[in-house]
Amino acid sequence: MKLIPLPDLGPHPVTEFDYGGEQSRPPLVADDATWAAHVFNRTGAPGVLREWWYHRPTGGWYLFERDTAQDRFLRSIPVQDICYELPTDTSAV
Amino acid sequence: MPLRLLKFALRGTDAEPRFFPPEQPLADQYDIVIIGGGGHGLACAYYLAREHGVKRVAVLEQGYLGGGNTGRNTTIVRSNYLTPEGVQFYDQSLKLFQDLSEDLDLNLFYSTRGHFTLAHSDSALRTMRWRAEVNKHFGIDSELVDRQRIAKAVPEMDLDCGGDQPVLGALWHAPGAVARHDAVAWGYGRGAWQRGVEIHQKTRVTGIRVEGERVRGVQTNRGEIACDKLISMVAGFTPRITEMVGLQTPIEIFPLQACVTEPVKPFLNSIIVSGSLHVYVSQSSRGELVMGASVDPSVLHSTRSSFGFVEELADKLLDLFPLTGRLRVMRQWAGMSDMTPDFAPIMGTTPITGFYLDAGWGTWGFKATPISGKTMAWTAVNDQNHELIKPFRLSRFTDFDLVGERGAASVGH
Ligand SMILES: Cc1cc2nc3c(=O)[nH]c(=O)nc-3n(C[C@H](O)[C@H](O)[C@H](O)COP(=O)(O)OP(=O)(O)OC[C@H]3O[C@@H](n4cnc5c(N)ncnc54)[C@H](O)[C@@H]3O)c2cc1C
Repeated sequence: MKLIPLPDLGPHPVTEFDYGGEQSRPPLVADDATWAAHVFNRTGAPGVLREWWYHRPTGGWYLFERDTAQDRFLRSIPVQDICYELPTDTSAV
Repeated sequence: MPLRLLKFALRGTDAEPRFFPPEQPLADQYDIVIIGGGGHGLACAYYLAREHGVKRVAVLEQGYLGGGNTGRNTTIVRSNYLTPEGVQFYDQSLKLFQDLSEDLDLNLFYSTRGHFTLAHSDSALRTMRWRAEVNKHFGIDSELVDRQRIAKAVPEMDLDCGGDQPVLGALWHAPGAVARHDAVAWGYGRGAWQRGVEIHQKTRVTGIRVEGERVRGVQTNRGEIACDKLISMVAGFTPRITEMVGLQTPIEIFPLQACVTEPVKPFLNSIIVSGSLHVYVSQSSRGELVMGASVDPSVLHSTRSSFGFVEELADKLLDLFPLTGRLRVMRQWAGMSDMTPDFAPIMGTTPITGFYLDAGWGTWGFKATPISGKTMAWTAVNDQNHELIKPFRLSRFTDFDLVGERGAASVGH
């Protein structure tokens, strides 16, 4: 069974997780084409992806970098690293 | 033909004509280059030569013919999809398949079996009723049937599934069929070659030359080739090719696994799919049970197959067919499925002039082999999308105009 190395709880079986897909930041101000690209387009080619994984037993979301050719988990990313401010001036959105 | 067999036994097969020509040198230039020698690439080459008389066509295949998803699929052919666009498209393919053995002068073992998609819940029944209505509207043989009908057709099945998730009814599609996948690729390949198409195996495209948003040629491990038209038909390798021309797409690669048991006496005539149990099964003409599930849960560019897959599948299969408990699994494998968010393909022209895409075939593209070959040939020759494939254009993702086919394609391939 494949194990996923949780930063705080150690390795856990992959069957305990739901795959959340590639992490990406939504464009805060964007035209329709930019939005469409954000909603649909993905990094399809093999390489290192930043992805969300949901751990069902603890209800926690985790962010990992994974090599999608070898299926190797390379490192976990603290969620704080990808946080961003929401715009306060909503008239521009 | 027993006489011919006897001749082979006595004299050997050395004097027989080869199916494919031996390796030839690459030319400097072709009118149309096709990347990918799977069913789709070979069918497209065949129709380019046969219907459009295109003289200089080359198919470039990095490995061997049909070694991609074509040779890994579980060969289900059906047209009982959910969207009007999908139903009309796949129906044309099914019609081509029915005469294809004669057309290609090769026995494709095309075998019409009938196809049950089981419903274990009211919501599944509702989707099936919806599908049946859409199907009938387009003249497709498709109907909702009750437990008695299923029990009569498949007496070996436990309709109560061990008591857990009883079967309530099913979508019945009489034209559902299976075929011999390799033969489809070989038949199209031979037909294309006989009409002058060059087929180059062990020839990998490593780069694409684009000048001023126009295709000018490709780089391969055997040198450069000039061409003004290039068709990418590489299924699980699509993102690597689109990356070469800087084209963004929604395609993500997920492994799809399958396995077969040892051969046993025929007992299962129809194809059985259960979306709720995540399992589908048919019995091959050799007697093996051919089985599969939905795609693996996360992106992966690999064809490894796992023990977990067989374990889970066996668990579900036993609920449906307790009599398979002592069967042994003989082989298991995986292919790389090029998945799209709406479970429909991506076909046709692209923002790059002369670059055509035939992809997003995910877990459902074998049945489309004839019709995609035919419509993509027309599209490349006329430099505009064939009527049948317009709904599948790449730009549907910019126009928010998707073709939601998930309800008919996620487990039943
Ligand atoms: C386990 C499994 C079960 C399936 N079951 C069904 C089913 O029951 N019914 C159904 O309709 N569909 C099914 N499918 C889907 C179906 O197999 C595919 O959609 C279909 O075979 C795609 O055909 P293709 O010719 O486009 O691609 P492929 O057969 O994959 O051919 C693409 C070829 O391109 C070559 N290539 C890639 N990159 C390059 C390069 N750079 N240079 C040169 N060549 C290159 C590859 O080597 C490959 O041979 C299944 C798939 C899998 C994996």
